[in-house]
Formats: sequence, structure tokens, C-alpha cells
Amino acid sequence: MSQERIDVKKTYKLFINGAFPRSESGRSYPIFRKASKVLLAQPAQASRKDLRDAVRAAREARSKWQSATSYNRSQILYRIAEMMEGRRSQFVEEIMAQTSATKSVAEKEVSESIDLWVWYAGWCDKIGQISGANNPINGPFYNFTSPEPVGVVGVFAEPDFPLLGLVRAMAPALVGGNTVVVLASEKRPLSAITLSEVIATSDVPAGVINILTGLRSELTPWLASHMEVDGLDISGEKSRSAEIRTLATENLKRIADFNTSISPNRILALMDQKTIWHPIGL
Amino acid sequence: MSQLRTSKSDLARDFGISDDRSLSLFLKTLPGVDQVGAEARAVELGTRSIKKESKAWAIDMAISMVDLTTLEGADTEGKVRSLCNKAHRPDPTDPSVPHVGAVCVYNDMVKIARSHLDSIGANEIPVAAVATAFPSGRASREVKLRDTRDAIEAGASEIDMVIDRGAFLSGHYKSVFDEIVAIKKECGEKAHLKVILETGELVTYDNVRRASYLAMIAGADFIKTSTGKVTPAATPPVVLIMLQAVRDFFDRTGIRIGVKPAGGIRTSKDAIKQLVLVNEIAGPEWLSPAYFRIGASALLNDLLMQRFKMRDGYYASSNYVSIE
Repeated sequence: MSQERIDVKKTYKLFINGAFPRSESGRSYPIFRKASKVLLAQPAQASRKDLRDAVRAAREARSKWQSATSYNRSQILYRIAEMMEGRRSQFVEEIMAQTSATKSVAEKEVSESIDLWVWYAGWCDKIGQISGANNPINGPFYNFTSPEPVGVVGVFAEPDFPLLGLVRAMAPALVGGNTVVVLASEKRPLSAITLSEVIATSDVPAGVINILTGLRSELTPWLASHMEVDGLDISGEKSRSAEIRTLATENLKRIADFNTSISPNRILALMDQKTIWHPIGL
Repeated sequence: MSQLRTSKSDLARDFGISDDRSLSLFLKTLPGVDQVGAEARAVELGTRSIKKESKAWAIDMAISMVDLTTLEGADTEGKVRSLCNKAHRPDPTDPSVPHVGAVCVYNDMVKIARSHLDSIGANEIPVAAVATAFPSGRASREVKLRDTRDAIEAGASEIDMVIDRGAFLSGHYKSVFDEIVAIKKECGEKAHLKVILETGELVTYDNVRRASYLAMIAGADFIKTSTGKVTPAATPPVVLIMLQAVRDFFDRTGIRIGVKPAGGIRTSKDAIKQLVLVNEIAGPEWLSPAYFRIGASALLNDLLMQRFKMRDGYYASSNYVSIE
């Protein structure tokens, strides 16, 4: 007598400090297949306390990520691309399940996402050369300007492309040495969770990337007002721009808001230009 | 309840303790601790959800219970002074924040701490000194007594002494007992005596209970978990056992002994869990800086950040609290 095998379903969880916890609130919310009524998954619905934990993890991870050489950061981001390649079919399936994309469109999105990691990985040890300067001054000093990360950056993934919209938003912040807390697409969050499984096996130090799934309306105010968040990339959250900018004023967060999807300016938008004076001859 | 007494002088006699043998017999016939039960109870009480208004109250209560501590070889006079400033006004921008319970320093810093606290108008904040060859306690009795006298003369009004764990673990209870009695005599009316059991070195919960009774009968005003130099330190089950001991001791003698967990309590959540333990195990009478203190340094900043969060409505940053 043979029994029919029951599929082992995946629990989609959060990604905080290198671990995969459920929401501390115990909540989850339903995701539907291609805008139909067919249930696709029940990812975790992060609470403000999960967000607080994620920010704490990102803050503690700053020193590890910032003190890594830019060459090393580059290798690690490239490693993400390598690991994604091995999961290609899973990413394609999830994009097709969450959007109305055909197989070839989904495959194109995955390829572009992987290539984008490679492109941004290359920028790690070049951005300082491009935007830094040895400034001419009137006196016996060297005067250098070099870009430095702002710190912890809150990232809003673009809602339409579940995978590419996420990579486009988070990669530039990481290149400069920031650590990130990412709010995944609310209605299409599955690719973000699968990407976090890739990140967990790509030598990215724990806490450098934290990914939350849940309701934007619930999480956005807490992320925008959090005093330990130093910058925000709101390119993927156009509809709440005014609210976010208002809440971000208390500690003068750096705001990046782009319509162009790919540009080294996105890296620089989340960096501070630091100037150093040094006497000549010592 | 038995009749209340005000004097501690005849405690040993009341417990039938006169020599090494009777003390050993008393301690070894104390009921054993149910290890699984104690741990489960501590976990259960740790899951209590504390709602907003109670939390605001608990945070201020916890601040007023902090023994703000610096016990480093690298301590400087400047660091001790800034610690005193923080003890007096934990948040300089908000006078509604209560001052802490005490400042806890090494002996040689007592004078500096006392005079600085007096100079900034914080006369009501006591200075606690860790005396008796802290943290190991490995010195002769004479040295320990001299250490204690030295701290009191410099202005300490609370003495945190360590017990001789080596003697305790070898079963030389009377030696440990006599030492506490001698230090208590040295403290006299001038200083409160806190006895550090260093529970992380006592191995079993039964020993924690025995050491608690030994210290209380010998004349401790407070029993304190740890030096902060050994891990594990103030774990919830250990604090629970000590709170049970002070409660039972009060029921028997009418004397209320305080408890001070120290070491490893870093977050507001940890501190609030401790307050829940106090309320549920010992009782609300212990919810006062007179009977419960928390030995900590990093904790105060976390309590302040929680306070900011409740005041402002958004999460606070450690950029806005001082670094020790």
C-alpha cells in the first residue's frame, strides 16, 4: 500500500541579524498568486519590535562592514551573485507565482538582478577614487575629501519587481559600507526572503543586511522616525514620500529618492563627504 | 507570623546556631531547591507582558534602584566624577528622571565620589565601596577589616563585601559566618552591609539558598548575587531563590533584608523582569531602593533610551546618552 506524499511547505520568515526568526508578534499575512484569490504563502508580518531588533542588529554590524576593506566588500557582494546563480530556478518560479510575468520575463529579471550585484560589487573599490579628491588649497597642507558611509540605512524595496526592485534598492547602500534594514515589497515579498537565504550563505556578516516582510503602513513610520537610522532610500516608496520626509527630520536622515534605477549616484547619495587636513612634510 | 524583633544581635541564637556543627546542621537541613521548578518559574515570570503605564513606572523605579557601578582597573578620578554627575541627573535635560540608588566604586575612589556628590548637591546619594579584597576575597581577615574601615573613613555608607567562596565550598561555614560578623561589626551604624555570594561560583542552587541564610543570620543588610567579574551572574532563577530566602527570613524574624542582583543586567527588559520577580516572589514591600538594588553600568543608558521612546513616540538613539 502506498501513501501519497505530502509536500513540505516552506515557512517564509524574517531575516534579522543573520537568523531567520518569525515575527515576535506571531503574526503572518496572506499572499495571493498573481492577483487571484489563490493563497500562495503566509509570510511573517513584522511588528515594530522586529524592526527595532533589525535596526539594533544593523547598528552593531556597522563596524564589521565598514572596517572590511572595500576590496573585501566587493568580493562578498560578488559572492551573492554567485550564490544566486545556483538558485536561479527557484527565483524564476517565485517571480512567476507572484506576478503575471512569463517564464522568459522572469528569467530576464533574475539575470538582471544577478548582473546588478556584479556591477555594484565592482564599484566598492572605485567609488572612493571617482568621488574623492585631493583639494587645492592655499597653505602647507594636503586637503583630502573622501566619501564615508552614513551608517544604518532604511531601504524600501520597489513594489513591482519582486527581486530586481529589491536588489536595485539595497545594493547601492551596501557598496558604500552602510548596513541596511530592508522593507520588502508588501504584496510580493517571497523573492526577498529567498534572497535573504542566499545572503546568509554569502559571507555577508550577520546584521549587515536585515530584511522584513509586512505592512508598509505599519512599519514605515517607525523606520522613518527611528533615531538610530541615519539614511533612507525611499525610491521604492513614492506614495509615502511626504510622510517619510517629515518623520526623518528629527535626526536629519539622509534621504535618497531616485527615478533612475541604476547609477553610481545612488551609492554617493548614501555617503557623507569627509574632509581631512594634513600638514605637508610630516 | 512570629513576633517581630528589631535587634539582629541574637539572630544566631534564635536559629539555634552556636558553633560550627550547629551551623552546618542548620544549613544542610534547609529544604533543597527544586531546580527545574525554580527555572521554570523564573522563565514564566519573565514572559509577563508589562503595559505602557506600568512600564513607565517600572523604568523610573528601576532607575532609582540602580547602583551605578564602575569597577575597572582603568578607573580614573575623572571617570568617577562623571559617573557621579550621571547618578545625580541621569538625563541632564529632564529633571523629572529620578537619581540612582547609589554610586558603587573601588575603595580608593570613595573619597572622590563622596566629595564630588556633595559638591553637586547630591548628598542623598550614598557611595558604596567594594571592600574585603574584592573580587576574589583572597586576603587575610585583618586586611579585609582594614579595607572596610578604610572605605568607611573615606565616606562610604554602604559596604559590598565578598564571602570566602573557597571556605564555603569546603564546608567551613563558620569561618565564612565569623568573617561576615566581623565585617558587620566594623560597619557598625555607619554603613549598610551588602554580602556578595558570587553565585556563579557556588555551583548549585542549594548552595545559593544556604549562602543566603548564612549571610542573613550573620548580619547582612543586603544579599547580593555577584561581583560582576564572573559569569553566570544574576540569572533570574538565582535571584528568585534569594528573594524566596529574604521573604521566608522576614516571615520568621520580622527583619527585612534587601536583595541586589548585579552583573549581566543590561537592558530595560532584563530590569523589568527582575522587578516582576521581586513583586511576585518577595512582595511589593521590596519594590523600593531601600530593599532592592540593581548593580549595573550599561543598564542606565538603556533605561533612559526607553524613557525617551515613551516620551517622544519614536525609537531613541544611543547617540543621545553619555558613554562611560
